Amino acid sequence: MQTRMTAPPEAPATDIGIDAVRLHRVDKVFAPARRGATAVTALKGVSLRAAPGEIVAVVGPSGCGKTTLLELVCGLTEPDAGTIEAQPAALMAQRDLLLPWAGAADNAALALRVNGVDRREARERATALLEDFGLHGFMQARPHELSGGMRQRVAFARTLLAGRPLLCLDEPFAALDALTRQDMQDWLAEALRADPRTVVLVTHDVEEAMVLADRVVVLSPRPGRVVATIAVDIARPRVRTDPQLVALRAQALEELRA
Amino acid sequence: MRALALLLAIAGGWEAYVHIGHVDELLLPAPSAIAQALVDDRALLWSNFAVTAREIGLGLAAALVLGLACAIAIHLSRPLRQALYPLLVTSQTIPIPIIAPLLVVWFGYELTPKIVIVALVCFFPIVVPTLDALDRTDADLRKLMRSFGASRWQTFRLVEAPAALPGLVTGAKLSLAFAAIAAILAEWSGSENGLGHLVLQALPNFETARAYAAVLILALFSVALFAALSLAERRLLPWAHPHRSRGTTP
Repeated sequence: MQTRMTAPPEAPATDIGIDAVRLHRVDKVFAPARRGATAVTALKGVSLRAAPGEIVAVVGPSGCGKTTLLELVCGLTEPDAGTIEAQPAALMAQRDLLLPWAGAADNAALALRVNGVDRREARERATALLEDFGLHGFMQARPHELSGGMRQRVAFARTLLAGRPLLCLDEPFAALDALTRQDMQDWLAEALRADPRTVVLVTHDVEEAMVLADRVVVLSPRPGRVVATIAVDIARPRVRTDPQLVALRAQALEELRA
Repeated sequence: MRALALLLAIAGGWEAYVHIGHVDELLLPAPSAIAQALVDDRALLWSNFAVTAREIGLGLAAALVLGLACAIAIHLSRPLRQALYPLLVTSQTIPIPIIAPLLVVWFGYELTPKIVIVALVCFFPIVVPTLDALDRTDADLRKLMRSFGASRWQTFRLVEAPAALPGLVTGAKLSLAFAAIAAILAEWSGSENGLGHLVLQALPNFETARAYAAVLILALFSVALFAALSLAERRLLPWAHPHRSRGTTP
């Protein structure tokens, strides 16, 4: 497992190799944007872990540092204190970030191209996956010709094809309408059953977290701290009206408001 | 179509004004007289047009290559940006009409100074929109590429360069308008042929209609180039203007 360590290395190194992600007392402070402004503490003492194959959802109010958390896990930014160890991760952002000039297959193949796979093979592998994802006949379609749900599926295919054991999903369905969002949540649950990965899913949608995750971590408003961890031991496929799910959802909402 | 109707109306009014007002045709030839000159002097006009078109074409091509290279260099290298960009902006304050005769002295009466002048004029309008488009590549997209482990070059090749193409086309369109002016200016600074030279020769010889005919040809050439570029843009970069194409959102 590839790990990244940052000073001070105070974390006990006993169980590295068991977790796919391990954050230990991580702080992240953003320097003032201009003179006279105050520094913003985005995250304060956040510890979080995900076992291989586990789906961990992180819920919290807007601005509590959820996106920062994922950028830390993906190595796009460094913590100011604490340690982070994570398997190589692929990031899927809230916006689909598809290339407007490229067709669906070429968009899904982007990470493969970065990894040095030649254009034809990359396109073939992307096409095969997109066929599975129900985009038959849309391989050449550019993003503006696709529906919001289709675009997110292409973006997810691109994330999967990056070939990383860990997926960081940043509010992947926030831009979709409510109905499409539910469909996409069910679809993602199924896709992850077919191709299990370790997932850190950041969302402000508590129901989304309950439908998808094995464990839900609740963050406080800024500076983000972990205020609760809720295990979701509900068999899949999950139903939104399941009384157990509804109860856990209520519990998470209560923690968010506390 | 409406532009054409307006143009015909203007030409009609012009024709009527010249005839009814008994305007001296040395001062203002009627459109019919210009048309006559187009026919009578076609060999002369054509050979001089070929010269000017060459100057415009080669000058534009040089400006495109240099402008693109310059924009990419500035975009990729911070030291180059700091060193080159201020000089580039400053260079635009130098009036080309003043240095045009100097260039003629250096490079002679042939094609070279014309290409240099056209390229000088067209260079800046190409660099600015191209560089702007490169710089404006979505920051989240760059972050995404970084999360995939992309190198600087891969991010440039796969994301930034295609994203900057519409900027390059905009720059080319802008510089098209200046290219003809620059070519004429270059010819006026010293030349033995070309449409600009022809105009200079025609006026003292009381061939006003011929001068107008030369201007008309040049204008039509610029319009044709612009139209060709717009067509190419729609064909090759349809994604840059999705609202213009028919949407097939399912």
